[in-house]
Amino acid sequence: MKDDLARLVDRIDAARISRRSFLNRTAAFGLTAALGTSFLPGSARAEPKQGGILKIGLGGGETTDALDPGLADGPASFAVGRQWGDTLVNVTATGEIEPLLAESVTGNAEGTVWTFAIRQGVKFHNGAALTTDDVVATLKRHSDEASKSGAFGVMQGITEIKADGTNVVVTLAAGNADLPYLMADYHLIVQPNGGLDDVNAAIGTGPYKLVTAEAGVHYSFTRNTDDWNTARGHYDEVELLIINDATARSSALQSGQVHMINRVEPKVAKLLGRSPGVMVKNVSGRGHYVFIMHCNTAPFDNKDLRLALKYAIDRQEMVDKILDGFGGIGNDIPINASYPLFDETLEQRPFDLAKATEHYKASGHDGSPIVLRVADGAFPGAVDAAALFQQSAAKAGIPLEIKREPDDGYWSNVWNVQPFCASYWGGRPVQDQMYSTAYLSTADWNDTKYNNPEFDALILQARSETDLAKRKELYSKVAHILNDDGGVICPMFNDFIDAHTDQVTGWEGDPNYEMMGGFASSKTWFA
Amino acid sequence: MSHPGHPIIKLVVQRLALGLILLWAASVLIFVGTQILPGDVAQSILGQSATPETLANLRAELGLNEPALGRYLHWAGGVLHGDLGKALTNGQDIAHEMAGRLANTLFLAGCAAAIAVPLAIFLGLLAVRYQGRWPDRLISGVTLATVSVPEFLLGYIAIYFLAVRFRLLPSLATIYDGMTLGEKIYAISMPVLVLVLVVLGHMMRMTRAAILNVMQSPYVETAELKGLRPFTVIARHALPNAVAPVVNVVMLNLAYLVVGVVVVEVVFVYPGMGQYLVDHVSKRDVPVVQACGLVFAAVYIGLNLLADVISILANPRLRHPK
Repeated sequence: MKDDLARLVDRIDAARISRRSFLNRTAAFGLTAALGTSFLPGSARAEPKQGGILKIGLGGGETTDALDPGLADGPASFAVGRQWGDTLVNVTATGEIEPLLAESVTGNAEGTVWTFAIRQGVKFHNGAALTTDDVVATLKRHSDEASKSGAFGVMQGITEIKADGTNVVVTLAAGNADLPYLMADYHLIVQPNGGLDDVNAAIGTGPYKLVTAEAGVHYSFTRNTDDWNTARGHYDEVELLIINDATARSSALQSGQVHMINRVEPKVAKLLGRSPGVMVKNVSGRGHYVFIMHCNTAPFDNKDLRLALKYAIDRQEMVDKILDGFGGIGNDIPINASYPLFDETLEQRPFDLAKATEHYKASGHDGSPIVLRVADGAFPGAVDAAALFQQSAAKAGIPLEIKREPDDGYWSNVWNVQPFCASYWGGRPVQDQMYSTAYLSTADWNDTKYNNPEFDALILQARSETDLAKRKELYSKVAHILNDDGGVICPMFNDFIDAHTDQVTGWEGDPNYEMMGGFASSKTWFA
Repeated sequence: MSHPGHPIIKLVVQRLALGLILLWAASVLIFVGTQILPGDVAQSILGQSATPETLANLRAELGLNEPALGRYLHWAGGVLHGDLGKALTNGQDIAHEMAGRLANTLFLAGCAAAIAVPLAIFLGLLAVRYQGRWPDRLISGVTLATVSVPEFLLGYIAIYFLAVRFRLLPSLATIYDGMTLGEKIYAISMPVLVLVLVVLGHMMRMTRAAILNVMQSPYVETAELKGLRPFTVIARHALPNAVAPVVNVVMLNLAYLVVGVVVVEVVFVYPGMGQYLVDHVSKRDVPVVQACGLVFAAVYIGLNLLADVISILANPRLRHPK
């Protein structure tokens, strides 16, 4: 809450929001505090107006995108799914679980059995009623490796999915206190019969019905008049236009051809915000840019050398120059304050050349150039960031050699293969998922080749711990270990930067993802 | 027919046969080219999420483990039956998907050509008429300037002034089913403008040079001495004899309008073949890349063939053999 207020004040300084809007929002925060829920900021303001055709320009869509929600892997296919489909639950902007197709979620004390009470009276776009069987079939389809679902990983710990009256009961092999968060995965859209009849039918329970779809070009939707949730879907029609060229995207917004765009480039964000009728909205997310070292490969198997490199990077300079200020500094862990149970007390690692030199000397490294592989495909500005890193490391007497790699094939030939390279992580809704995906010694994507039994044990212990205070303490230990000993250098977390015209009202930032977590068309309306 | 046909028919048949052989050679090159690209489609589809097991599964499913020659024959056989296969990435039928994209590309190219070709020839004639005087210099100067500026820059300049500043034309040229013809033409007005500017100079310069060449001929002098108006002399007597080189350069530019406009497509977000090809190249979707390559090759060869035939037809010595 305090951070939100601070951010609002900042924005007034930057003249990005009006005084009236500030008062409205602070009022909304007050109300939120009184009710103890995070669900209301938008609805506490003026009553939404119905009508109009919303046009959204999206970067990150391709001709190859499929409608199957399991295969959604880019901003466009993600946005498409958000229009027509619903998951069981959703993670709110403040990191709480919000009920969607499941009215409530309850787990046992061990976190091994989870019961989802399925909302009754919900209709699919084809008129059929939502049943527990549909939910079970959906979850089972994504648990099947043959579906190639992007959610296959989050479904792996599940041993049984069954219907029980109006409930769906999910049983796990081992306790996982985060299961409700995992079920909010955007791939897990409930489809009639789990989508087994036609995975690409795009029939769901969402606020808008799909009318036409041309992958990589254009999607059109019309309002679902039978929507179970009457508090959303304020437009008569929604059109998604795929505009991959960043300049084309911002000029489409400026010329009024679209009302919203995603992925505003940091270097033009401030300029764009100055054009008449355009508002730029940024929110700090969980995505972060990293330089990763393989802890099992010389010279990175030496803790002092890893620390030397961590002290030799100037994080603030990177945020200022690579992200143009649209981001926050990292602390060599993949977690920041947008995660639930984040430990704020973990000390921020400073840019300290003296310590860098000290650790470099202690490492006994022979002084030969340390090769850092980069490509702009790793993250936007990666090559420039590596050059900054090289300069600051040189001041500490650490010789870095930058090797530029082609974007093409970067993820197959360099990332997770070469011992030191640039990379990007989009973040996960909860800490466990982030650590389990990329830092457990057993993870396929353990891209720092970190192997520490104590660290692994703490993560597994935290996963099944249902006592929040204890859990936070465990994650704090995990963070301290990784910060001190791990192979990840995390200089910065990037903001999601979207923009919309002044016709659109009701915009709320959501750290989960760009475009208000994908709900921009559901929750905003035309003034 | 036992006797050899009319020499023109023979020539055309010969050219057609040559064209088909060229197309076959292109298909082999395309296939070989896609085989020697680094990485494979399974790796590219899975990207960061690839694990050895999922890679092996996907490779087996996509038939990537079969020998290359077998895959080529299978593919070529399918193409002859009009079956371009299915895209590896999203399982869509390529022929069906590409038909829409090709239609869009031809629509844009057609609109641009319908303006650019007559305009270029007319400006060429005008430049000859006023050779060395200010209209000639103005036309040459402007068209040379527009042909020298990269097309994406022309595009951005046009967007800035026509769409953002004065809001006259739409900056997005996305067209889709359900738009009327009028809406579609309005949507593509800016890319058409840019393409016209890009191809105009080349065609106009060539028309001017070719006509100036025949202006030295005795029959032009005769026509002038008959007292015909200078423009009539150029249009009626000089132009028909300059058709061959003009047609060649026109066809070259038409081919460019079909196969080379990916940059303009990206700038104006136009759903044509170029963007379709680029998307699939980056995902190593080999069947789509091959199909696009083949279509592009066919367009190129076909247009050049047409230019040849028109040149032959325009040549009286070939039209009226002894």
